[in-house]
Amino acid sequence: MIPILGLAVGVVLGLLLDPSVPVWLQPYLPIAVVAALDAVFGGIRARFDGIFDAKVFVVSFVSNVVVAALIVFLGDQLGVGAQLSTAVVVVLGIRIFGNAAAIRRHLFRA
Amino acid sequence: MDDDEPREDPPAPPDEQPSLWHRLRHRRRDRLAAALIGVLTLLLGFAFAVQVRSNDTDTTYSGAREEDLVRILDDVNAREDRLREQIAEQRTALGQLSDTDSQAAAALAEAQQRATELGILNGSIAAQGPGLRMTIEDPGDQITPANLLNAVQELRGAGAETMQVDDVRIGVSSAVTGSAGALQIDGQDIDAPYVVVVIGDPQVLATAMDIPGGVSATVRQRGGDVSIVQSEQVVVDALRPLDQPQYAEPTD
Repeated sequence: MIPILGLAVGVVLGLLLDPSVPVWLQPYLPIAVVAALDAVFGGIRARFDGIFDAKVFVVSFVSNVVVAALIVFLGDQLGVGAQLSTAVVVVLGIRIFGNAAAIRRHLFRA
Repeated sequence: MDDDEPREDPPAPPDEQPSLWHRLRHRRRDRLAAALIGVLTLLLGFAFAVQVRSNDTDTTYSGAREEDLVRILDDVNAREDRLREQIAEQRTALGQLSDTDSQAAAALAEAQQRATELGILNGSIAAQGPGLRMTIEDPGDQITPANLLNAVQELRGAGAETMQVDDVRIGVSSAVTGSAGALQIDGQDIDAPYVVVVIGDPQVLATAMDIPGGVSATVRQRGGDVSIVQSEQVVVDALRPLDQPQYAEPTD
């Protein structure tokens, strides 16, 4: 309940305040969002599996975001930022797909 | 990243009766975790919405490749250069136009002033200014055309700028004809007393009329009389039709 509420409030706040993204954050924000989405899907799956733990969720959420941003930052420093962010998005996308599949199996038994 | 892996320590087994301290600790941990999760998901939602919004606003060039962007930038720069050149050209043209405009205005003003001067000179426009009104009585019809012409010449010599005799304007080609008692100027009959209205320096004109052997003396010698009234403001409003030169043409 709390995560759904938090998501909804955050979305509403973001739409209402409509802040402009600082330039230095622009390359990292989408990656961070995707990473956080991955963590959220993982958390949902763990919930269905009955192994959800708040500490693990929080740590994985934060570390996901930080690592993803770090990879993109490193890529930017090395001159391959665009490619590395693509790679991160692909990897996270695959994970999200996998988690979504597990959730689907739990929900529809199929 | 490994939330989907099974964790090592499952929640406290329900079969054991946990101590009160343990339960309190557990509760506090749960609350903290819930708050953290709430904050994190709130942040996620916020970031998501912001990212979607900012992505909405500028999608034109964000997906373009570097070479494309460079080309677009070059295009824009070239366009800017062209526009700057155009601005410079238009500025120059504007400067030239306003130049010729002011020149034309100055030429027009000068031409108008010349036209006014010439009009006063040849009698095609009315004039006013200081001058004198001279009345020549001729009870014995003794004033000859030569006398009147002499008067006109004397007035001109004294600096008269324009004049009229009995409502006939004297121009550069005016002629006094007829005979004593039936004088004509430019073919128009004039009758005594002859009223001459002159614009010029009143003092000088009056002196020129009164010199010994001059106009006044001659008229009196012939039985007439001359009365001169100097004035700061006389009006010469008789007009002369403008002569169209039939043979003369301006040379370039």
